[in-house]
Amino acid sequence: MIELRNVSKSYPNGTKGLNRINLTIGKGEFVVIVGLSGAGKSTMLRSINRLHEITEGEILIEGKSITKAKGAGLRRIRRDIGMVFQSFNLVKRSSVIRNVLAGRVGYHSTLRTVLGLFPKEDINLALNALERVNILEKAYIRADQLSGGQQQRVAIARVLAQQAKIILADEPVASLDPLTTKQVMDDLRKINQELGITTIVNLHYIDLAREYATRIIGLRAGEVVFDGPVAEATDEVFAAIYGRPIHKDELLGEAAL
Amino acid sequence: MNGPGTSPASRLPKKPSRIKHYLTFILIVWMVWGSAVATDSTFRELFTGLPEMWKLIDEMFPPNWRYFDNVVPAMLDTIRMAIAGTTFGAIIAIPFAVISASNIVKSPWILYPARFVLNLIRTIPDLLLAALFVAIFGLGLMPGVLALAVFSIGLIAKLTYEATETIDPGPLEAMTSVGANRIQRIVFGVVPQVAAHYVSYVLYTFEINVRAAAVLGLVGAGGIGLYYEKTLGFLEYDKTNSIILFTLAVVLLIDFISTKLREKLL
Repeated sequence: MIELRNVSKSYPNGTKGLNRINLTIGKGEFVVIVGLSGAGKSTMLRSINRLHEITEGEILIEGKSITKAKGAGLRRIRRDIGMVFQSFNLVKRSSVIRNVLAGRVGYHSTLRTVLGLFPKEDINLALNALERVNILEKAYIRADQLSGGQQQRVAIARVLAQQAKIILADEPVASLDPLTTKQVMDDLRKINQELGITTIVNLHYIDLAREYATRIIGLRAGEVVFDGPVAEATDEVFAAIYGRPIHKDELLGEAAL
Repeated sequence: MNGPGTSPASRLPKKPSRIKHYLTFILIVWMVWGSAVATDSTFRELFTGLPEMWKLIDEMFPPNWRYFDNVVPAMLDTIRMAIAGTTFGAIIAIPFAVISASNIVKSPWILYPARFVLNLIRTIPDLLLAALFVAIFGLGLMPGVLALAVFSIGLIAKLTYEATETIDPGPLEAMTSVGANRIQRIVFGVVPQVAAHYVSYVLYTFEINVRAAAVLGLVGAGGIGLYYEKTLGFLEYDKTNSIILFTLAVVLLIDFISTKLREKLL
């Protein structure tokens, strides 16, 4: 369970990135966060695993405050939260399997990981993760040899190998074409349903949000302006979140879905 | 009237003054002339010296090829010095590079002192370093190796930390998000991105060190340089010439191999 209690973030110049956000996200939910760019979607997602610091309030992960956590305690909480990025964030010069194994470093001593001595179970875990996203045959290829969609699936495999209980995905399909977008979103949904991993995704496309989410949260100027099941997220609701009628480029199109 | 018939010159902004260019020119001429006078270098000296130069070159040819056998061990020592010095320097350069990169170490109390030390090292000429180490450890190869090691630290660490600062921050962010600690972040997020650059800089430094090692003998730090001094001192210019040609061949060969390797790396 993830709880955001009165979370605010203000920047030194006075602008508010997040404004008094209160949210509770239960286990196994597939939440999609929508909003214009600059509405605070990315800031909110990144404050959940504290890649961004908040200035007020508190965030609890499974009852433990990540806001107050330090050092090993913080790393322990982060270990349970996997993250998928818009730009994949793989080490391009490393092999696929090494990128996936990087998800395991939180479980072992520094020395062991620095020497690359991952136990057999870890390697099996990494290979199984690659198999789950249908990319096992690329295990020993350098990451920069893969297409964008394949790289994002490697990133998802890294999160799986991490055995995360929560997945945060920050615009995971923004740099992919419609067909690959569908594959990556299907992978995320499959993982959510089969493994019961709580998933929070920032998305730009409204139809994609409707297709995959069980719950939609609308952000506008750092505030939650909508929070409800997909059925309630009508075109009018989206128009309210965006502060204007929906544009055509905010729809991915029927072809892909 | 701003009609099409009027000259546009009247509407142009004022031309920038050229006085700065003239002053710069005068300053440069004054500096060159002043330096020439102060160091007694005139064209007349050059012309009267020409016959001497011809005589020297004449004495250098033909090179004494048989002298090769005497200097081969010294040449091997020179290369060994370069290998040992570059290797020691390259190892010590790693921690220096890490603590000098602003995207890894955030504290200015570590960053700036580390960079200051690197800058300081690079301002000392390697010949001076060798002379210092000869004074401390006595004649031989050891001071030469140390001088090259110190010089290598300065160069490799600087180039590597600059390469480190241009890496993609994405993988580092990903490593933070999986719960990695500082060392794991560096090993998994930074090292794979800069390793090839680092190896390339080590090879480049090795090229420079072979050339530097060839003259370190002049201050008593071993290697082929010793034989330059010896043959020049005895006015055996044909022997000097053979050493020069030998050094040239070795340096060219090592440069060629190293350049090819570096092309493959990046």
